[in-house]
Amino acid sequence: MSDKKLLSETSEWTFDLIKRYEAEIARVAADFGLDTYPNQIEIISSEQMMDAYSSVGLPVGYHHWSFGKQFLATQKSYQRGQSGLAYEIVINSNPCIAYLMEENTMMMQALVVAHASYGHNSFFKGNYLFRAWTSADAIIDYLLFAKNYIASCEERYGEEAVELFLDSCHALANYGVDRYKRPASLSMQREQARQKEREEYLQFQVNDLWRTLPERQTQAGSREEERFPPEPQENLLYFIEKNAPLLAPWQREVVRIVRKINQYFYPQRQTQVMNEGWATFWHYTILNRLYDEGLVNDGFMLEFLQAHTNVLYQPPYYKKYYSGINPYALGFAMMSDIRRICEQPTAEDREWFPDLAGSDWLKALDFAMRNFKDESFIAQYLSPKVIRDLKLFAVLDDDSHSQLEISAIHDDRGYRAIRQALADAYNLGNREPNIQVYRVDRRGDRSLTLRHTMHSRRPLDHSADEVMKHVARLWGFTVRLETVHEDGGVELSHECVVEK
Amino acid sequence: MTQLIDRRLSGKNKSAVNRQRFLRRFKGQIRKAVSDAVSGRSISDVENGEKVSIPARDMSEPIFHHGPGGSRQIVHPGNTDFVAGDTVDRPRGAEGQGGKAGNDGEGMDDFVFELSKEEFLQFFFEDLALPNLVKTQLTAVPEYKSVRAGYSSDGNPANIHVVRSLKGALGRRLVLASPCRTRLREAEEELEALRGRTEEDDPGVRALLDEIRQLREKIEAIPFIDTFDLKYSNRIPQPRPTSQAVMFCLMDVSGSMDEEKKNVAKRFFILLYLFLTRSYERIEVVFIRHHTIAKEVDENDFFTSRESGGTVVSSALDLMLEIIRERYPTSLWNIYAAQASDGDNWDDDSPLCRDLLAGSIMPLVQYYAYIEIAPDPAQNLWREYEQVAQAFGHFAMQRIEDVKDIYPVFRELFGKQAA
Repeated sequence: MSDKKLLSETSEWTFDLIKRYEAEIARVAADFGLDTYPNQIEIISSEQMMDAYSSVGLPVGYHHWSFGKQFLATQKSYQRGQSGLAYEIVINSNPCIAYLMEENTMMMQALVVAHASYGHNSFFKGNYLFRAWTSADAIIDYLLFAKNYIASCEERYGEEAVELFLDSCHALANYGVDRYKRPASLSMQREQARQKEREEYLQFQVNDLWRTLPERQTQAGSREEERFPPEPQENLLYFIEKNAPLLAPWQREVVRIVRKINQYFYPQRQTQVMNEGWATFWHYTILNRLYDEGLVNDGFMLEFLQAHTNVLYQPPYYKKYYSGINPYALGFAMMSDIRRICEQPTAEDREWFPDLAGSDWLKALDFAMRNFKDESFIAQYLSPKVIRDLKLFAVLDDDSHSQLEISAIHDDRGYRAIRQALADAYNLGNREPNIQVYRVDRRGDRSLTLRHTMHSRRPLDHSADEVMKHVARLWGFTVRLETVHEDGGVELSHECVVEK
Repeated sequence: MTQLIDRRLSGKNKSAVNRQRFLRRFKGQIRKAVSDAVSGRSISDVENGEKVSIPARDMSEPIFHHGPGGSRQIVHPGNTDFVAGDTVDRPRGAEGQGGKAGNDGEGMDDFVFELSKEEFLQFFFEDLALPNLVKTQLTAVPEYKSVRAGYSSDGNPANIHVVRSLKGALGRRLVLASPCRTRLREAEEELEALRGRTEEDDPGVRALLDEIRQLREKIEAIPFIDTFDLKYSNRIPQPRPTSQAVMFCLMDVSGSMDEEKKNVAKRFFILLYLFLTRSYERIEVVFIRHHTIAKEVDENDFFTSRESGGTVVSSALDLMLEIIRERYPTSLWNIYAAQASDGDNWDDDSPLCRDLLAGSIMPLVQYYAYIEIAPDPAQNLWREYEQVAQAFGHFAMQRIEDVKDIYPVFRELFGKQAA
């Protein structure tokens, strides 16, 4: 190992050095078979990083007070030193944009390049959810379209009207995703071209819906009214966009924008552990390879390991600053564990993962990355060893018992229960209350009824009252929320009456 | 394939608009915080930003999520000594969420953030109903006057100094042409001499004719004006002459001045102070409070302590006069005075006040502002002061009930500045 091969010896970065590191990292990544979008790496200052933060990482965003709130919160905690900024932000687009902060050291820049531009990037390109749900080629264009469209609405209808309307859309943002259909791909030109047409057409459609009512009433006298919608609808925003009677065309378009942007984030919300675990695993593997090849020195490696372990720290539950499971720690542990099972399987591994043990680790990891989301990934791959290493235990919190019960710990009897409980915890379907559009009263007061189907008797938080006001603002008529208990009983739990 | 882009120089205030939206939305709460802050601050300290906190519940963005209750399993890391089947009490404070630190139990702490100095003043002024011109005056950074300072050889076209440029061009043409002209004169003389002696097509004559033609061309080729000649009027920023000022705050602290009135008075003093900071480099503030006797105090005592008893306004004026004589000679100091009272005074004392002001104080001060914070009809002090106001243009007085009424007292002062 000769010193001549070293890429750099100081911690100062230069554009030239970043390029050289990037080239080496690209070579190693290709060696491991990582398939990525082209990279676009941007150097930004810490202020710009805070800007990027407050717009949920998106490079262009429409204006809204909530982003200002986010910005102030980030700025405050950063300026007081309560929290550092993330070292990087990466955007699922083609080319894949990654931000490097200028304050970072050379080591950190290399780490970020490996983590974001090769780790996250290959995940965005390979994982089935991202492939099915997002259009990396079109997202930046669409965001630009959204920003301009909302700005033009503000000019025409006033900032306040648009802001209030956006508030309402944001309140339902999580209920604006399609879970089973692939959305049409987004592109600015096409959106703009179709948007006018859609405005007119939609308005026509909606009015028609109500106009046909009197006819129906005269038909054959059958009192049996068809329920509308015939099937419950889980995409509330979509339903509102298409069916709310009073919305102006621009309002429908705004609903659509919020819906589309949230749809774009939907895969990220479902693959946090995997995505971070994958990226962390690869920056660790790639930088270690650089070290083995003599391209970086001991100092670089020590600094790297410190940053790496900081990211991976998992405080135990009894520590003051414990705030749930660290997705980096869990993801990295599981990814590394898959490699271990392939390379050095124990008897236990052979019993638990007969197909995995002894197979080619690169292929096994690639398969895991492409075909799972957090929930199924944990259900499939969480091994007893990881459970033991993290000392995981499950707690049953049932409000019908006076005490909490430790339902499983890291022992033979508990492994499967813990694995199931953890997988459930990452199931968005369990995490978010199941609320669907149930009925529109087309003959009477035009009210909208939503149904919350309870899961494990878990009730809605009191914030639901506030959300219902937003729903009412969108719908324009009275809205109700019915709660369906596990025994099938239905009860009206929330109501927001709109006086006409 | 990989692109590396330096974005550091592109705009960094992308969130400025969002920040403004945020401030506008929570105007009410912020204004209250600013108003509280002003009450708690020292007069000379109003120009800093302020930490503002807004209750988290006021600014939440509600979404549907699960509340406490029902049954659920949570997985935690770091088990030490639990075994399956153990039962433990619900930790308190976690709303019975079961998690040792509820995963989705968002803190309901107040949302705290910093207002910048400009934003702070904006909110402060909003309260006082200041005209816009005055607002910009007060928030503006100290201004520089642009003065002429000779000429420079670069500048913008609007500043070209024509006479100077043409003078330069003339000089340049003279200098550049002079060797040619000298030679031309000589050549012409030689030609004249030759012509007398030789034929017209003598080679010597022709050579001379050639040379003369070339020299003429050379002289003509010298440009009439060159970029090199252009001279521009040079202007440099010169800071406005600044000097020092002293501001006297006089306040009645007799029993009838309650907290609320003092708060109004404080704003009145702050506004004058802000005005002075724009015009003077160095400002000293003297606090004089009085009931039957006057006393010079520090700011804290000035606003907090409260005395009972009667009121003799002239005592404060006397003390002010004394302090001016001792410490603030008018040759060195610009003197401003602001007086706040509820209008109570001993009947016999009011004419004395008028005489003191008209006779001794008004000739010494730049501006004297008086506010009477009282809803009831004017009393004798007011009537006496009205006479002073008639006699002196730089005496302003106003009866106020609300902070909004403060500004007119200063209207003339700011008006003068704006002119």
